[in-house]
Amino acid sequence: MIELTWDWAFVWQVLPMILSAAKVTLLATLLGSLLAVTVGLIFALLRRGPSKLIRIVVYWLMEFIRSTPLLIQIFFLYYVMPEFGISMSPLVTGVIALGVHYGAYLSEVFRSGIEGVDKGQWEASRALNLTTLDTYKDIILPQAIRPMIPATGNYIIAMFKETPQLSAITLLEMLQVAKIIGSENFRYLEPFTLVGVLYLCFSLLAAYSIHHIERRFPKEGFNLR
Amino acid sequence: MSQPIIEFKNVQKKFGDTTIFDGFNFRVEENEIVSIIGPSGSGKSTLLRILMTLEGIDGGYINVGGESLWHMLWNGAYVPASNKHLHKMRDQLGMVFQHFNLFPHMTVKRNITEAPMRVKGLSRQEAEKSAEELLELVGLSDKADSYPNDLSGGQKQRVGIARALAMRPSILLLDEITSALDPELVDEVLDVIRNLAKEQSFTMLLVTHEMYFAREISDRVCFFDNGNIVEEGKPEAIFTDPKETRTKAFLNAYLGQ
Repeated sequence: MIELTWDWAFVWQVLPMILSAAKVTLLATLLGSLLAVTVGLIFALLRRGPSKLIRIVVYWLMEFIRSTPLLIQIFFLYYVMPEFGISMSPLVTGVIALGVHYGAYLSEVFRSGIEGVDKGQWEASRALNLTTLDTYKDIILPQAIRPMIPATGNYIIAMFKETPQLSAITLLEMLQVAKIIGSENFRYLEPFTLVGVLYLCFSLLAAYSIHHIERRFPKEGFNLR
Repeated sequence: MSQPIIEFKNVQKKFGDTTIFDGFNFRVEENEIVSIIGPSGSGKSTLLRILMTLEGIDGGYINVGGESLWHMLWNGAYVPASNKHLHKMRDQLGMVFQHFNLFPHMTVKRNITEAPMRVKGLSRQEAEKSAEELLELVGLSDKADSYPNDLSGGQKQRVGIARALAMRPSILLLDEITSALDPELVDEVLDVIRNLAKEQSFTMLLVTHEMYFAREISDRVCFFDNGNIVEEGKPEAIFTDPKETRTKAFLNAYLGQ
């Protein structure tokens, strides 16, 4: 029987490797969130657009993305797309998969945020002859952002916690590195625990930041002087 | 009679199963000030909202400034108006709303300069100079850097008027602009409109429940009921000697005569 003991020396030895892998995890999350916000906003606007065909197509596309597992989407992008001549690195694949998958979720958040802005704001904008684009950019979105912050933040944290799925396409993120360390040293306790603790720390920090950003955000919306 | 600046011809408008206008006809001459009075749900506000293109129509024609509002000529036939056409038509119209609809995330000054800068392409300097003049006109020069939520209802509505005027419309639509105000704040808003009517030439169309104001300011008063003009005429005639029973009943209820 193997006796499980916590080995601090081993912890200090592997910590630098895991922290360096944390950079990959954070980078994937950061780029993934930027893409998700962009995709989410485009989906949300298209679903409110004038073309009924586009609204229906976007709706079913979103349903499809949200109703199939992220891992299958990751595999598809990484193993199937090369057959169509599109090969991407694990990081690029991961960022696209996370960004599009969570973009589909965020579009619902953005849509309800946009719809939460008083209808009178649209009417005043039209009476002032502003274009739809200017109305979104200057009037509607600045007021819609604040109510969107908590849900958007939660999805980004959820995305962060899903980055280990990218280990399946050999991205050297935290869990993948911990697994390699474990198999090389026949010790899994410390690496996996460290990864878990780091995820916990980052998630708590992110949750606190989101709360802080929301509180600091003006109630009337993003100020335009 | 000269060419009217606004003309409704046989206009149809429905909301679901509710018919608002069924063959509605109406005309307004240039620089005429017309008050529309009548019970709620009679289509008064819908009339203004259709003119401002906030609501479409289900039939008929509307002319504004000699051009069809909701239709345009295309290869010799009338087709539904394009965005570009609506954009051009809206340029003549300005609207002030019952609930102000100011932009809460913008200063008073930015509320007024936003559209002239974006739509008319004015420079910030030009737009701000015009905003300052307009704020002086409505007596709010000291509030340029305030936010709408820091203003009283009356002040908000005066900003609403300045914002509409900044686009230099030739037709001003006022939709129950004092209905959401505390009684003691009504006069400061009406004073602004009084001065406008006196000093500038505007076509003004106002939906109002302020009977004394309507009587004082209007060239013509229209009494609306069930999507029709039941009676119209000079304010003295309507207010002192209404002919129709429905007009009488309405005015009695309102003025306690």
